[in-house]
Parts: sequence; C-alpha cells; structure tokens
Amino acid sequence: MSPNQLGFYTLLKKEVMRFWSVLAQTVTAPVLTALLYLLVFAQALQGRVVTGYDGISYTQFLLPGLVMMTVLQNAFANTSSSLAQSKVNGNIVFLLMAPIGPVEMFLAYVGAALVRALLVALAMLAVAGPLVGLPIANPFALLAMFLLAGSALAVLGIIAGIVSTKFDHLAAFSNFIITPLSFLSGVFYSVHSLPPIWFTASHLNPFFYMIDGFRYGFFGHADVSIWLSLGWTAGFFVLMAVICLWMLFTGYKLRK
Amino acid sequence: MNTPTLRAGPPALEITGVRKAYGSVQALNGLDFDIRQGEFFGLLGPNGAGKSTLISIISGLIRADEGHVRVLGHDTVTDWRAARRTLGVVPQELVFDPFFKVVDLLRIQAGYYGCGREVWPWIDEMLERLELGNKRTAMMRSLSGGMKRRVLIAQALVHKPPVVILDEPTAGVDVELRRTLWRFMRDLHAKGTTVVLTTHYLEEAQEMCERIAIVDKGRLRIVETTEGLLNRHPFRFLTLKLADGAAMPAHLAELVTSVKGDALELKLDRERHPIASVFAGLKAAGIEIADVSTREPDLEDIFVELTAKPAPGVVS
Repeated sequence: MSPNQLGFYTLLKKEVMRFWSVLAQTVTAPVLTALLYLLVFAQALQGRVVTGYDGISYTQFLLPGLVMMTVLQNAFANTSSSLAQSKVNGNIVFLLMAPIGPVEMFLAYVGAALVRALLVALAMLAVAGPLVGLPIANPFALLAMFLLAGSALAVLGIIAGIVSTKFDHLAAFSNFIITPLSFLSGVFYSVHSLPPIWFTASHLNPFFYMIDGFRYGFFGHADVSIWLSLGWTAGFFVLMAVICLWMLFTGYKLRK
Repeated sequence: MNTPTLRAGPPALEITGVRKAYGSVQALNGLDFDIRQGEFFGLLGPNGAGKSTLISIISGLIRADEGHVRVLGHDTVTDWRAARRTLGVVPQELVFDPFFKVVDLLRIQAGYYGCGREVWPWIDEMLERLELGNKRTAMMRSLSGGMKRRVLIAQALVHKPPVVILDEPTAGVDVELRRTLWRFMRDLHAKGTTVVLTTHYLEEAQEMCERIAIVDKGRLRIVETTEGLLNRHPFRFLTLKLADGAAMPAHLAELVTSVKGDALELKLDRERHPIASVFAGLKAAGIEIADVSTREPDLEDIFVELTAKPAPGVVS
C-alpha cells in the first residue's frame, strides 16, 4: 500500500472507529426510532392508506421508505457531525496538516458514512423485513440507489460540516433541510394521493426520487421510472460532489 | 545551549517574502529568513507578532497572500505532500479527539502520514519517554491537561519528521513536563532533527536555541545567533541600595529603569556609563552605598529593547 493509500485507509478506518465507539447512539438509536415509526404508522394506517401498489400492504410499502430515510439521515449525520466536531474541538488541524489530499478526504468520509448507513439499513431489514415479508425485485437497483443516495447525503454532510462553525448551524441544516425533505418525500404515502400542487412539489424534491427508486428495488415498480430516479439521484450526487470537492480543493472555511 | 549539528543540503525552512493580511490588519509583512538543517531555532515575538500565522502558513493551515515557504526544499503549496511529510507541528492550543485511546490516536496519526506498523515501536518509545506509558489505553478525554500536552507532542513526532515546530509547548505546564520535554527534544536534536521553538519563556529560548529570530508586527526585527544577540547588547545593569534612604542624584536618576522596594536598577551603557562613574557620582554627592550587585543583559532585555522600538516602516 502506498503512503497516500495508507493515509486514505487510515482516515476511513478512523471515521468508522469514531461512530463504532458510540454504536448505541449512531446505529442502535436510529434503527429503533425507525422501527417505532414503522410500528406506529403501520398500526394506525394499515388498510386506510391506498398505496397504489397492487398486492402490497401499507406496512410493506412503508418499510423501504423508512429504511432509505434512515440511510439518508445517518449518512448526513456521520460526515457532518464528525467534521463539525473536529472543527469546534480544533483537532481538525491534525488532518489538515497531514499529507492527505482533498479526494482522499472526500472518499474516506463518504466511505465511512456508507458503512454506517449500510449497518443501519441491514439492521432494519433484518429485524422488520421477515415480519413484513418484503420482496426483492431488483437487487441492482437497490444497491445503486443505496450507493448513490447514501453518497449524496454523505457529501451534503461534508458540505454542512465545512460551512458550520458551531453546532447551531449544523442543527439548522438538519432541522430545516434534511428533516423536511425526508418527510415530504413520500416515505409515508404515495405521492399520487397528494393534491396537484404538492404532487408537483414532491417531484422537485431529490429525496423523493431516492426513496421511490429504492422502493422500485423491492417491488419492481414505483411512482416514477427507475431511470428517472437514478438520474435525479446521480445528478444530485454530482452537484453535491462538485461543490464539496471545490470546497476541499480551495480550503473553503477549512484553511484560512 | 546545544552544540550545533548543522548539515549540508537545502535549508530546513526557507521563508521568502511571506505576506498575510486579515482584512486591513497586516499579520505578516514580507518575512524572509532561512532555518538551517539541524538547528535548534527560536522564533520569538510579542503576542500578535505573527508567529502563529507564520507557523500556520508553514504547516498548510493558512495560505499566504504572497511569498513562499519550503520545507527541506519542498514548496508547501506546489509540493505540499512532501513538505507535510517532513514536518511535525505541535499546536499551541490543547486540541484532541475525544473518541480515541492514546495509543490508537497516535497510530491513526501515523497512518495519515503513510506510516504503518513499522512505527509502532517508535510510538511505544515515545509513550515511555514522555511518561505516558501507563496512559496508553486511556481515553483522551480522561487525561489531565499536562498529559494531553504530552500526547500532542507525540502526535507531532509520530512520523519521525526531520523538521519539528513547537508552538509554545510549555505554556501553562508544570516543571516536570518541561524537563521531560526538553530532555526529549535535546535527544532528537542531537540525532539531527531541526527544531523550531516559539515560547514566551525567554530563558528557555536562551538555553535551548542556537539562533533566534525576533518578529514584531509581522516584520523580522533580527535573526542572529543567541550568543551574538546577547553580545550586541551595549548595556549592563547595576542594582544599588543607597544608605539612609538617600535619593539618587538628578544626573544619575535618568539611568534608573526600575525600582523594587529600596533597590534601584540602573541601565548603563558600557561605553558612556562605566560603573566607576556611577560610584564617583554618588561619592561626590555624599551618598553612601548600602548594597550593590550587577547583572549582564539576558534575552528578555534584548527582546524588550527590540520590540519596544517601532519596526522599520511601521507606523505605530
């Protein structure tokens, strides 16, 4: 392994160790929260909500959306909290003084966020999947949507971590961007059941395509074409990646 | 003071025309000097002189508006990977990652520099040398301030850098840590490591450093060997206690620079004010001396002398 590769691998490992050292907070708690959503919403709305998917119960419809929502939130949380904490603590200097390049930083942070997101997704599916009886229609679509959407939110988390100079800023990102976009993305309902204005608005929300495309992987059909979902998610990822890499290369808010 | 162990090759640090401004504040105003390989070098200056800004530019944390810095010939901007690999910096602030054990933190830091298991014995040696052996599996957040400072020092040295910068490493630490640190740094220096030290404890700089640069208001006031710096000072100090509380005659009173109780310290120009002339003046005024002592100038006197004058070209 070259010194540069070892630097990348070490940062990736360190970021995994960071969330691993507080696993109850970073994996167990979000899984539990998502399962509570599943339990409460399934109990309250099973049989009352038209999913628009033939032969698919509301609980089956709900689970993929909840898994993807949890993936998105945790991918974002992993990178944003790590960077913001390092900045506020001041220990980010040890990374910035090291011979680790912008691309290595980018890949290591995104890689660790994907590991956490994968653990969260697998834990949710392992617990709830057998109970709900979830089919898997297209594993490649599942994998592609997981990787693209998880990476996009991990990159957005890096951007938030770089921009934030205190934890209030990070909370604002989470409360005013991530949570509203997650909840208005069709996790709990089919967008076809919405009034026209909200139906149109949902189609401008990139999270909608991430969740819809992920759902396609399980059921083989979704509210919009899988290609449209892949296109929107890939486009969002590329946009975030360009902004993030520009920040890392120029040292925006990292190097004065 | 250490025995010079200067080596051939490019300078350990080349600082050329470095300027940096924060808005209207000119933090660095065209710094130019070299630090030779194997030197124990002191970088001194009052608060706000620009020392930390310069160190941040050297380490890549801040970008200079103009000028270049090279570490062992590697430009810190165009050849940043090689420059950073050759440099270890102990930051001034007590910063740490609370998620890790001491030994894990050091191994991670080594990994950032592309060093693997081959440096683990060196990490173990540093833990022992810095008296952290019984803290190797302690979580960082559980350590005292002094222990965290030791870990900071180990972090900077983990990849065995040939050039080390210590930014006020002994600020607020106890005597034991100072002794441990200076013993360790002397050993590293004796093996060829270039050490750059910033400190407000001038006696430390005087004792440890072979050459010293004094920076003030972003400009280099002087760079000189410590010995040369001390010798160029034209003054010596005479402390007198006058018998029966007598007052100093007017023509000698202007030489008094400080009063501590009934002891008066006079700053005497070696050429113009020989000690004998002071004694003669007192005798002529009928004043008896109760006690007398003399003191040669130290680095602090020179530092005060240089930083009290306005820097050339600086409007104060």
